[in-house]
Amino acid sequence: MLLITCPYCGPRPEIEFAHGGEAHIARPQDPSSLGVEDWTEFLYMRANPKGVHAERWRHLHGCARFFNALRDTTTDQFVATYKTGEPRPDLTAVTA
Amino acid sequence: MSDVIVAGRSPFEALDGLSMPGLAAAPDRTRHVLRGRDDIHSPAAEVLGFALPTDACRAAGAGGRHALWLGPDEWLLLTPAGERVDKALAFAIGDAPHALVEVSHRQVGIILDRPDAAQVLSVGCALDFDLAAFPVGMCTRTLFAKAEIVLWRTGENVFQIEVWRSFADYLWRYLVLAGAEFA
Repeated sequence: MLLITCPYCGPRPEIEFAHGGEAHIARPQDPSSLGVEDWTEFLYMRANPKGVHAERWRHLHGCARFFNALRDTTTDQFVATYKTGEPRPDLTAVTA
Repeated sequence: MSDVIVAGRSPFEALDGLSMPGLAAAPDRTRHVLRGRDDIHSPAAEVLGFALPTDACRAAGAGGRHALWLGPDEWLLLTPAGERVDKALAFAIGDAPHALVEVSHRQVGIILDRPDAAQVLSVGCALDFDLAAFPVGMCTRTLFAKAEIVLWRTGENVFQIEVWRSFADYLWRYLVLAGAEFA
């Protein structure tokens, strides 16, 4: 079974987790001034990369907290997990 | 807040005596779920008589009262039946933002106490039950088969399980089936 490292609870089985979409998408500060194009960008447009992707995950059947994860979409390997609010880890520093 | 105690039937009555050695319903308890940030720690400790556990997945307790860490700002408080702590806690915590809900009748307790308890649990739960990975005193919310449970290791071969009462029948039957594998 795939283990996912919860930033609070440590390594736990995959079935305890729920996927929460792409991470680091900030809601617009002033929604009423936003045009259609910008709303479309915010609501629907996602990166969908082949490779490392920053995602939100939730340890649903554990501590129930949301956190962010870097996952490689080709290998399904979780490269790093970090708490919500923390900056995206710099992978060049990790692999160097 | 209502003080009415519903005289509910035990969900185990319908099992018609189905059981196995080492499997038992836990004594009645009063349960609360407490949520809040760091500023509730010291007032809660004054009321409970011990500090809320702040290490992940650890339980603390004294004098028959226990607090189980469920999340960084969430605890399950277990007290002897009828011993409600919500009014005293709410008074002590005062204006600090918090959520405190009495959930005594939402869930029931099951005790699994047998030499192969960890093996039996492994049939439906993917956690590592080695004492190094899941020491005595560790507690966590997790999944057993399809049921979400709170699992608490109170002895090397003793596990306390808290489960929502509508899942209790399912969980009990699953545990009996699992135990049959090691009979």
